[in-house]
Amino acid sequence: MLGLSFGRRPEGLRAAGPLWRAATLLVALGVLAPVATLAWLALGADLSHWAHLLRYVLPQAALNTAVLLAGVGTVVLVIGTGCAWLVSSCDFPGRRVLHWALLLPLAMPTYIVAFAYLDLLHPIGPVQGAIRWLLGYDSPRQFRLPDLRSMGGAIFVLGFVLYPYVYMTARAMFMTQPAHLMEAARTLGEGRFGAFRRVALPLARPALAVGLSLALLETLNDIGASEFLGINTLTVSVYTTWITRSDLAGAAQIACAMLLVVVLLVLLERHGRRHQRFGSAQRMRAMQPRALRGAAAWAATTAAALPVLIGFAAPAAYLVWESFKRLRLGQGVSQGLVHSLGNTLALAMGVTVIAVAAGLVVAWTARSHGSMPNRARWQARVATLGYALPGTVLAIGLLTPALAFDAQLAEGLRLPGLPLMGLGVVLVVACVIRFLAMPVGGIESGLARIPPALEQASRLLGENAGGTLRRVHLPLLQPAIAASALLVFVDAMKELPATLLLRPANFDTLATWLYAEAARGTYEEGAIAALAIVVAGLLPVVLLARTQFRGAPDAGAPLSENLHP
Amino acid sequence: MTAALNIHDLRLGYQGPRGLHTVVEGFSLALEAGRIGCLLGPSGCGKTTVLRAIAGFEPVRAGRIELGEVLLSTAERHLPPEKRRVGMMFQEYALFPHLTAAQNVGFGLRRAAVAERTARVREMLTLVGLAEAGARFPHELSGGQQQRIALARALAPAPALLLLDEPFSNLDGATRERLTAEVRDILRQAGQTAILVTHNEREAQVMADRIGTMHNGRLSRWV
Repeated sequence: MLGLSFGRRPEGLRAAGPLWRAATLLVALGVLAPVATLAWLALGADLSHWAHLLRYVLPQAALNTAVLLAGVGTVVLVIGTGCAWLVSSCDFPGRRVLHWALLLPLAMPTYIVAFAYLDLLHPIGPVQGAIRWLLGYDSPRQFRLPDLRSMGGAIFVLGFVLYPYVYMTARAMFMTQPAHLMEAARTLGEGRFGAFRRVALPLARPALAVGLSLALLETLNDIGASEFLGINTLTVSVYTTWITRSDLAGAAQIACAMLLVVVLLVLLERHGRRHQRFGSAQRMRAMQPRALRGAAAWAATTAAALPVLIGFAAPAAYLVWESFKRLRLGQGVSQGLVHSLGNTLALAMGVTVIAVAAGLVVAWTARSHGSMPNRARWQARVATLGYALPGTVLAIGLLTPALAFDAQLAEGLRLPGLPLMGLGVVLVVACVIRFLAMPVGGIESGLARIPPALEQASRLLGENAGGTLRRVHLPLLQPAIAASALLVFVDAMKELPATLLLRPANFDTLATWLYAEAARGTYEEGAIAALAIVVAGLLPVVLLARTQFRGAPDAGAPLSENLHP
Repeated sequence: MTAALNIHDLRLGYQGPRGLHTVVEGFSLALEAGRIGCLLGPSGCGKTTVLRAIAGFEPVRAGRIELGEVLLSTAERHLPPEKRRVGMMFQEYALFPHLTAAQNVGFGLRRAAVAERTARVREMLTLVGLAEAGARFPHELSGGQQQRIALARALAPAPALLLLDEPFSNLDGATRERLTAEVRDILRQAGQTAILVTHNEREAQVMADRIGTMHNGRLSRWV
């Protein structure tokens, strides 16, 4: 027993039992199932199918997706890096607020911003009306802004809500870059901008790659904004191929094409994460912001406030105003919307409970250094890959096995219809797969902070492994569990693409309610549904702003891990 | 090209919640061109603050700093660090981790022609005895090697004045002894005006032509 206090980790203590390992394996297989199904479906379809797809569907959709990704990538890099550098290196009025307010667009799902801007920037809407009034015109025929329903419009909308992914990682990096590197560049003859370009920026490149890949995964996942703005992306064509043409094999083939993009983006992200620590290895005095004065100060304030205004404040104000107008009419809220709210909360709750439980199992098993350390780690990595799968891809991949399983189940139990689909079980499974990375990551880093001595003490006092987990680790893990539960809950509330494809008949969430209204072009209660989602979405942003930017020098990694989609 | 340093009646400090908190007061010194001066004192005595003010990283509240004919700092005038022709060796070396040793040394030679820059980098690497290490990254170098690369980098643009901030404090005893003498010889050979900051009296005696002792933000002796 004395051996415990010496260097080597006592294997017996940390190895997870066979049940834990089996459960983790099951989760990993669950994540792989949709991908394997897609490959099988795509290979199984006959060649004429592929030929048709390659000739008529894929080129346009793939080109649109490529242009959209390139455009959004450029916008998020410029805004995210620019604002992060401005806030890190300069002091100006409002900096302390903007520093965290720049994260606010994270609370705005892409489809809600698109929904809001379609109305805000409508030719006879408030913004264009105000511009015409200022310029003295009185008809949209005399003056109108370029149509938002275009590629440029989609890039604008997505770029201004997704830039925080880059902002976060870049800001964390700039906060931890040792000041003396910048000073060394100055003594070697570089001005402020030169020091940024030749030292700070290359050092931040891995962090930027991580933020960029997360923003682009979101772009790929987006279905609402592209559809509202009339951009036929791969995601949209997966959806229409299945919903309007009932062509599962065709949808699977397009989904496979998307998987290629996903793999590239995940490789980019992994590459970035591997090199992330590179600059901040030595912990040193960080850069002190330089006080700006006069016009320069106000220019900086304007530049840093603009993304918050466009990506959050304007659409949020619009939603508040529209909801207020609607409620003031005294009609109250329709029964359908109340039902959708109930459905949304029930779905989010179910997903949260299962995802956190599965996350606990996976993180606990991966931590064990027992007989099969590599296999356990590997399974944990696979189990958390779901975040990269766009909702439509995941849904198409799950449909076939779920339908087959359902048919068996219905026959065996003599039930009518499709029990699992009908109860929404498939939808919950899809959301769990997609959001599992957050609880696994959160609980893993929580576990890493618990010193092994606590576990050893508990075991020496006669408690067994399960009892130690229950009486020592779980209480200590509470903050990590609560934080990841909140992240999962809110993301499940916002989820649109998988929900659209996998929901039971006549089951609406707030997101699908909004989608249906926007698709019909009727703006009735959509604003209220959107407002509810945004208000819920604010909670994790507040949590992030509090935990990430407050004196945590290593913010880079945990930040983007927690936040992912 | 190396120049004399003149500091006259310097006051340094930072703005705190209760007005200006003075760190250095009434500080004057003169160092002839080509000489090595040393500021000796315990940590917190303000010696590093003086060094950072000469480099241009701290605002001057009163007094003046001149390098040769050039006025570097007064309370009203502040020449930006990159215009001062002041080189600095940082306590933690501050080598750029994303650049090789040779690229680090060449960092300040961006305006020179490629051939000229390559030649100068080679010359500097040879001077510090690391001609073969140019392709290596800082994390592949030992502490003593990193220190020499930092010296080569600071000397490459031929600064009018070189500042050394506790340059040997991160090294172990034997390496420290050897490098102290080595760095002194390199600086002497180049005729480089330099100011060294240290709390180690022996180091000061080996390195410096003139030694000043600092205490509570004041220079008590300059001999």
